[in-house]
Amino acid sequence: MRVRGLLAASVAMLALPAWGADKAAVVATYADIAQAGYEDSLATAKRLGAQVDALIAEPSAEALQAAKAAWLQARVPYQQTEAFRFGNAIVDDWEGKVNAWPLDEGLIDYVDAAYGGATDENPYAVLNVIANPKLTLSGGEVDATEITPALLGGTLQEADAIESNVATGYHAIEFLLWGQDLNGTGPGAGARPWTDFARGTDCTHENCDRRAAYLKAATGLLVSDLAWMAGQWAEGGDARKAVADDPDAGVVAILTGMGSLSYGEQAGERMRLGLMLHDPEEEHDCFSDNTYNSHFYDGIGVRNVYLGHYVRVDGSVVEGPSVSELVAAADPAVDADLKAALDHSLIALGQIKTVGEAGTAYDQLLASDNAAGEALLMNAIDGLIAQTRSIERAVSALSLDAIAFEGSDSLDNPDAVFQ
Amino acid sequence: MRRALVLLPAVVALAAAAAPLPRTAEEAARVMAVTAPATDFTAAERFESRPGGAATVQKRLDANAFSYPSANMSFERELDFKVGNGFFRKLWVSAPSSTTSSDGLGPLYNARGCQNCHLKDGRAHPPERTDDPAAGMLLRLSVPAQPGDIRPGIAAIQDYLGTLPDPVYGGQLQDFSIAGIPAEGRMQVSYGEEPVTLGDGTIVSLRRPSYAAVDLAYGPMARDVMLSSRVAPQMIGLGLLEAVPEADILALADPDDADGDGISGRANTVWSEADGKAMLGRFGWKAGQPTIREQSAAAFSGDIGISTAVHPDGWGECSAAQAACRAAPRGGEPEAEGTVMDLVTFYSRNLAVPARRDVDSADVLHGKRVFYEAGCTGCHNPKFVTARLADQPEQSFQLIWPYTDLLLHDMGEGLADHRPEARATGSEWRTPPLWGIGLTGTVTGRESFLHDGRARSLTEAVLWHGGEAQASRDRFAGLSAEDRDALVKFLESL
Repeated sequence: MRVRGLLAASVAMLALPAWGADKAAVVATYADIAQAGYEDSLATAKRLGAQVDALIAEPSAEALQAAKAAWLQARVPYQQTEAFRFGNAIVDDWEGKVNAWPLDEGLIDYVDAAYGGATDENPYAVLNVIANPKLTLSGGEVDATEITPALLGGTLQEADAIESNVATGYHAIEFLLWGQDLNGTGPGAGARPWTDFARGTDCTHENCDRRAAYLKAATGLLVSDLAWMAGQWAEGGDARKAVADDPDAGVVAILTGMGSLSYGEQAGERMRLGLMLHDPEEEHDCFSDNTYNSHFYDGIGVRNVYLGHYVRVDGSVVEGPSVSELVAAADPAVDADLKAALDHSLIALGQIKTVGEAGTAYDQLLASDNAAGEALLMNAIDGLIAQTRSIERAVSALSLDAIAFEGSDSLDNPDAVFQ
Repeated sequence: MRRALVLLPAVVALAAAAAPLPRTAEEAARVMAVTAPATDFTAAERFESRPGGAATVQKRLDANAFSYPSANMSFERELDFKVGNGFFRKLWVSAPSSTTSSDGLGPLYNARGCQNCHLKDGRAHPPERTDDPAAGMLLRLSVPAQPGDIRPGIAAIQDYLGTLPDPVYGGQLQDFSIAGIPAEGRMQVSYGEEPVTLGDGTIVSLRRPSYAAVDLAYGPMARDVMLSSRVAPQMIGLGLLEAVPEADILALADPDDADGDGISGRANTVWSEADGKAMLGRFGWKAGQPTIREQSAAAFSGDIGISTAVHPDGWGECSAAQAACRAAPRGGEPEAEGTVMDLVTFYSRNLAVPARRDVDSADVLHGKRVFYEAGCTGCHNPKFVTARLADQPEQSFQLIWPYTDLLLHDMGEGLADHRPEARATGSEWRTPPLWGIGLTGTVTGRESFLHDGRARSLTEAVLWHGGEAQASRDRFAGLSAEDRDALVKFLESL
């Protein structure tokens, strides 16, 4: 079953009249949760921005720590919004600006000598924008005297079509706050000294003013990108309209987002690959060692959209009619199975978080000689796979298979593909 | 040597290569009917908007347009696609390292990861300036072989043009290396501009490249060395091309031009290292590789210096004359396990072809007619139907529109590299597929075509055609501006 998004599908002919109204209410809840989630992400990113300003105004160990704490808080609502990414093209197309990883951090700032030299096939892997006000990029001179959001987002991001040239978003900011994690699969995260932002002779690793400017520009860009996305889900926004105008397709978007995030993205690319490689570079939040939270809140986000229930960062709740109720009306056993599978995954992800908070970070679990770590991660991967199978059954229970499989062509014209 | 790689069982069996199921007479008749050339150019053909059949992807056309899985892929297999993508993007590091299973890079290499050359799963382009690193582009090297130098199985292939790697530099020039081992040198390209005047007086400037291997660190190359420059090709639709029945490709071959249309078309026959037998060549600019898996293994070894079961030498492309390189630390044996190869192969097989745009527009249909009338379809064969493959549902029995015959054609002196490869002569090239060609700029940020990326526009690319394609090229050059623009519009819609 493929439930990847083809949202423009004209699927009215498959709508089941008895559920028509319910579906509209379900997608309205979904859009409300999205709006609240991006608004929460925006609010916490603004708090991060304020701490960054404070750090730049008065650099100190405490100010750096406060900025890091704000970044960690900002990840909590954002990771929950990842459930909206795959079902909605408008989110998926935008997502790389705010959450792209892994990155060649040498593009941004100084790196350890072991990182690799300048004579690499990604000529920008050690471009070090912070140290170089004049850059040569794609055969042209780039004036980087002023580090601006436009420079980061327009010029440096994915420079020369190389995906690891990540100049913007949470992970670029994470690198600027924590620095490289040079501990491999041993204990410890990145340990950037606060003096990397100090003024005058206290400045370490040079160019502290440009490092501060980069951090400020990247944080500002994150805030404006999140504001834009919150607007897309507000009343009259395009993302809300896309699901509201076609509730059938909207329900597909909900399940698509749940399934694709759980399965290919989280279980596959973010977890199984790293485990196969035993490679700490494959850790999602690799500078801060916050990966256990990223994975956990992805899991929470999937459950939020299924149950139509989101607890905001201030503790208030956004809730309404849910796709769970739709599935229960069609087949209560399928709904119960899926709820149990979601809970099971969350417990498994919660165990990784528990271990992380107790001092054993995700990258330590990846070590090749850590059998217990491997078992812990595999348990979560298996849970996510099982959950995805339950999502497929929910798609079948709602008779959405045909929509999920293909776009409008195949429905309007069943012979659109020769087989 | 570290290597405690505990590979997890693949969720789905990926690499099994079951034989294609035979076609029934009824299917053969359907295939014949549906692959007949177009005759009506007033409307789009049925199914034409989906060049990859049911695997065609309909997504927004941005830089990620070539990076989606086959649209008909099951959820179950999507995880493997994603993990395969992780390996495709993976940057390998030199051994020994803390990143255990990612080590084994080089010692000599052209790139640290697949995606660094196959930009966004699209094609690479030449360096912008003479001294820029040749990201995504390399020089292949060989010397003519003497009779007796070639293994008997290979020598038995009819018309095989035996070559050997350069005795010191091997089969290609690696312009990067791990610490402590000198890189071999670098490719240098310079261009001369040559104006071409079209029938209506329009002047188009073609840039003619010349290549040199410079800064050579291991002494001179062989006196009779042959160089061939190549850019990394785009990755979409490869599994569908692999699934085209061999008989359907051979049916298009006309080695002696028996039909007198000036177009021969020869199949390359290459030695499969994996299967130990001669096979039809399908992949690479001269169809020098028989399967996606073998192409990937060759690229792992030659381009990244990563060993696989097919190319087990941990030193990659280091020759016996490069002793320090051969003695450098290695990763595991092999450095990329069978499971890694399975996943990379599965990923490479399933990068989806995007849906076409504007198939119904008057300009595009006009251009399609011109394309047919100019004889382009003589090599750029519009359609095939893939074999029924029980274990590859994504590729099984799909009507596809790749615009290639997968055969070798003499393209004339202008494009010749004078370096044979298996049965391909120094002026023969495999017809490249045209699907997705109109999205090249969208995906990679640059228009760049032909085996060495010399053409900066589709018009330039057509004008470089010679040899068997000379007549079509001349037709194109003589077209009115309106016809020419329509033809380009058609290509851009692919």
